[in-house]
Amino acid sequence: MSIASAFLALLRRDLVIAFRRRSEMVNPLLFFVLVTSLFPLGVGSQPKLLALMAPGVVWVAALLAALLSLDTIFRSDFEDGTLEQLLLSAQPVSVLVIAKVLAHWLITGLPLLLMAPLLGTFLGLPSQAIGTLVLSLLFGTPALSLIGAIGVALTVGLRKGGVILSLLVLPLYVPILIFGAGAVGNAAMGIDATAQMYIMAAFLIFSLTLSPVATAAALRVSLS
Amino acid sequence: MSSTATKPDARLTGRALSCIRDDRTLFSGLGFGVDTGEALIIEGRNGTGKTTLLRAICGIRRPDEGEILWGGESIERLGPDYHRHVAYVGHNDGVKRELTVAENLRMSRALGSEGRLSIEEALRKVHLAGFEDVAASNLSAGQRRRLALARLLVTDSLLWVLDEPFTSLDRHGIGIVEELMAEHVARGGMLVMTSHHEVSMHRTAVHRLNLSA
Repeated sequence: MSIASAFLALLRRDLVIAFRRRSEMVNPLLFFVLVTSLFPLGVGSQPKLLALMAPGVVWVAALLAALLSLDTIFRSDFEDGTLEQLLLSAQPVSVLVIAKVLAHWLITGLPLLLMAPLLGTFLGLPSQAIGTLVLSLLFGTPALSLIGAIGVALTVGLRKGGVILSLLVLPLYVPILIFGAGAVGNAAMGIDATAQMYIMAAFLIFSLTLSPVATAAALRVSLS
Repeated sequence: MSSTATKPDARLTGRALSCIRDDRTLFSGLGFGVDTGEALIIEGRNGTGKTTLLRAICGIRRPDEGEILWGGESIERLGPDYHRHVAYVGHNDGVKRELTVAENLRMSRALGSEGRLSIEEALRKVHLAGFEDVAASNLSAGQRRRLALARLLVTDSLLWVLDEPFTSLDRHGIGIVEELMAEHVARGGMLVMTSHHEVSMHRTAVHRLNLSA
């Protein structure tokens, strides 16, 4: 079978499994909404302050929701032995990794993207910044999934990898957070955010090129 | 269709292999060779490194010393070109419980190369006909094992690597699997396996490798 059909079959398989385990799929989205809606309660009714904080709050919540969902990329495959089968496939593992990360992003990242305008408005983010918010998340969340996949691949063999995973991955998330929230902040103040968006796009392309190879190598280490 | 007969140069060789686990040498200086139409049964007490050796043969784990060759070339260098000839059934069944029986096999087939049997034929061979649309989570342990073994039939793999294939199978199931293995070897396939049970395979060239010795 060709590489494309293996890619599509794996993507389809992961989407079907996610659909049959819907409750897990909703968790990151619920987390995103809950964390964001806690801020007005904690900060109090100061609309100006909330609007000023909105870019950072939405981005941090999205980042934590992505981090929370990372473990599901490879965990269940590792436990039932299908991960071994992927490594023994006749197709290059790095391509299969892209299929798995894409499925993971469609399940956990895309819903965040769709929910973000609502939460932004809810925090009082100026309407001219909503487009930038969505666009920055569109570039940012796949990069989060791709970078996270390396960390998950390294820690999937450990019984309690959760904390190590956060320690490994969070520092790498920092640049994405800075430029993502920065772009939205600029747009909210009516300043041009094109420069930040270019850098976000560069991050995405950078992680798309490097992460699959690194993840495949990390999976080999974890399984040996 | 069947590439099984068209690869006379295929040969699996292990040279001066040693594996270390947690500072303990499991085996060292180990060598073996398997030709087409031959089976290799790896024996030994628990903890002597049978599974480790099988995982090294598959290429999941790298041996700490020595090398494994396929047709004279290192399997590490061959990568996917080697894996397309190998089918592995390990301790874990490698079956997705959320998917149906047929979906599981279709996935294995997409990852490997198309085998000589269709999914329905393979399921008939392991006596799971009629279970195509049953979720794998609803199968018993023995049935799930047979589904894992059906994976060997839907891909066109020359080398079968089986780790305790008889686990959780009843006597009837063991008979089915022994028949499949004998048929595979008789067709010119290769088989490397571990087992606690006595394996009865008639008229086949069976080598034995004892790791406890």
